[in-house]
Amino acid sequence: MLGEGILKGLAETARNFFGSYAGKNRLTTVQYPEQRLPQIEAARSFPFLVYDGSDSEQGMRCVACQICEKECPPKCILIKKSADKKPDAVGKPQFYPAVFDIDISVCMSCQICVEVCPFDAIKMDVDYDLPTDDRFGGLLLDKHKLAKSNEYYHQIHPTEASTVDAALAEERAKVAAKATKDAKPAAVAKPAPEPQPQPVGGESR
Amino acid sequence: MEPPVDTDQEQFLEISMGPQHPSTHGVFRMNVVLDGEHVVRLKPVFGYLHRNHEKIAESETYLGSMPYTDRLDYLCSITNNWAYALAVEALAGIQVPERAEYLRIITGELTRLQNHASLIGFLLQDMGSSGTPLMYAFREREKILDLFEALTGARMMCNYMRFGGCRVDMPAGWLDQAKKVVSEFPRFLDEYEQLLVGNEILMERTQGIGVLSRELAVSAAISGPMARASGVNYDIRKVDRYGIYDRFSFRVPLGAHGDVYDRYMIRFLEMRESLKILNQAMKDIPAGPIVDPKMRIRGFRPKPGEAYARIESPKGELGFYLISDGSPNPYRYRVRPPSLINLTVLEDLCLGRNVADVVAILGSIDIVLGEVDR
Repeated sequence: MLGEGILKGLAETARNFFGSYAGKNRLTTVQYPEQRLPQIEAARSFPFLVYDGSDSEQGMRCVACQICEKECPPKCILIKKSADKKPDAVGKPQFYPAVFDIDISVCMSCQICVEVCPFDAIKMDVDYDLPTDDRFGGLLLDKHKLAKSNEYYHQIHPTEASTVDAALAEERAKVAAKATKDAKPAAVAKPAPEPQPQPVGGESR
Repeated sequence: MEPPVDTDQEQFLEISMGPQHPSTHGVFRMNVVLDGEHVVRLKPVFGYLHRNHEKIAESETYLGSMPYTDRLDYLCSITNNWAYALAVEALAGIQVPERAEYLRIITGELTRLQNHASLIGFLLQDMGSSGTPLMYAFREREKILDLFEALTGARMMCNYMRFGGCRVDMPAGWLDQAKKVVSEFPRFLDEYEQLLVGNEILMERTQGIGVLSRELAVSAAISGPMARASGVNYDIRKVDRYGIYDRFSFRVPLGAHGDVYDRYMIRFLEMRESLKILNQAMKDIPAGPIVDPKMRIRGFRPKPGEAYARIESPKGELGFYLISDGSPNPYRYRVRPPSLINLTVLEDLCLGRNVADVVAILGSIDIVLGEVDR
């Protein structure tokens, strides 16, 4: 019969329309700014720099090795190395970034900086609410805007952050053991044992 | 060679469809010469989205090009990653662990599902069924994109494959979620077929329109669903059996007429075959590493040589050709984009048809301008 296919199709739209009152699986719209979907743990938006403890300058894990700057495909990272050294996350004296800028208008969220970082210093944020009316300055994030605490990292990527903390704790124990061994012959050259005060939450160190 | 049409004659009208025409799904222009309603000449103009992908890749490291491949065919980034990873693996002779092969098949076939679902939605949208079919298709696509986000971190720019494997393993509960999506997908297909496959208006608009003959499909190097709709039995998953496709039983649907309707239906049938592959692949995924343990993420320098690898992307044969001179970046990097090559027959399909048919024909070719222009 001519028109049968059309009627069948209309029956289908009717089923979807009335079904949207009955079942959750047909009504999938989320009223965005008021309602939000739960954050997916693996999600990524733009990179940030992790620091331990409460002081973002002192606890910054980044040692300005500039690997991410070299490997970044769109070259959106700018790092300038410091002149002096400070103890890093595992207690070794290291350089730190005097300047660390990421231009997130260039960044393509590919996560390669995170993968190449040997110090677990740079991680992906999940914050997508970043619009600004300042095209240039507002999208060029400096060291202070990029620095986020380890607690924040635990909040957004709990599984990943726990593995990172476990690895860092192991590394710290190794450094501390080596330091005590070295300290016996020459007690003068003893590096600071723990760089940071005990942070709240997270893994025990 | 241009057909002998004198456009100065008064009865011909030359119009420019695009570059902002909604049916082109991007920035693509067609210079159409019309005799009344009928097309007498059609010249595609593209390049509006040219991003210099191939040249940029020559100055990037091998890994650095991986996120750029996401942006080729931005609807199916995972298959783009796969083709590029296969080319580099062929170049450097890297083995892929078993588990990674399974992950590749699963994510690749999920990509095919969401690409075909959204293509059908777009095609019907172009033909004037405003909104409803597209929204139904996008509702299903959304579930697959959520899976991608949970696995890779991004919905569309997944950047998932690595040379010798995949970047991350499945998080806890991901496989169950994926199984649920796959088991619910056939219901969507059934409903969708109810909705429009038997629709008389759709049949009028698509059957016998834009017929691509088998001979032309072969001689113009058309690949993918478009060639199979014309009856060319050519599926690289069967021909090359790259990855571990030889372990799964699936069939290659073929069309008989090569018209828009066949191209539309072939996508339905392919989705059903993809579901078969997914069901087989998700049954027993072996444990093990997901990336070749010998691979280092930095300092990758393949030996001098060249390699070409291709896969059956949802749009057709996607190939990457690489020449290495032993340095950290490729000497030459070339993409064989299925969208661009399938687009070359557009004029042949459109000659003598109405303007409204041009929109349907273009929609059935399944182009993504990110890949056409590169």
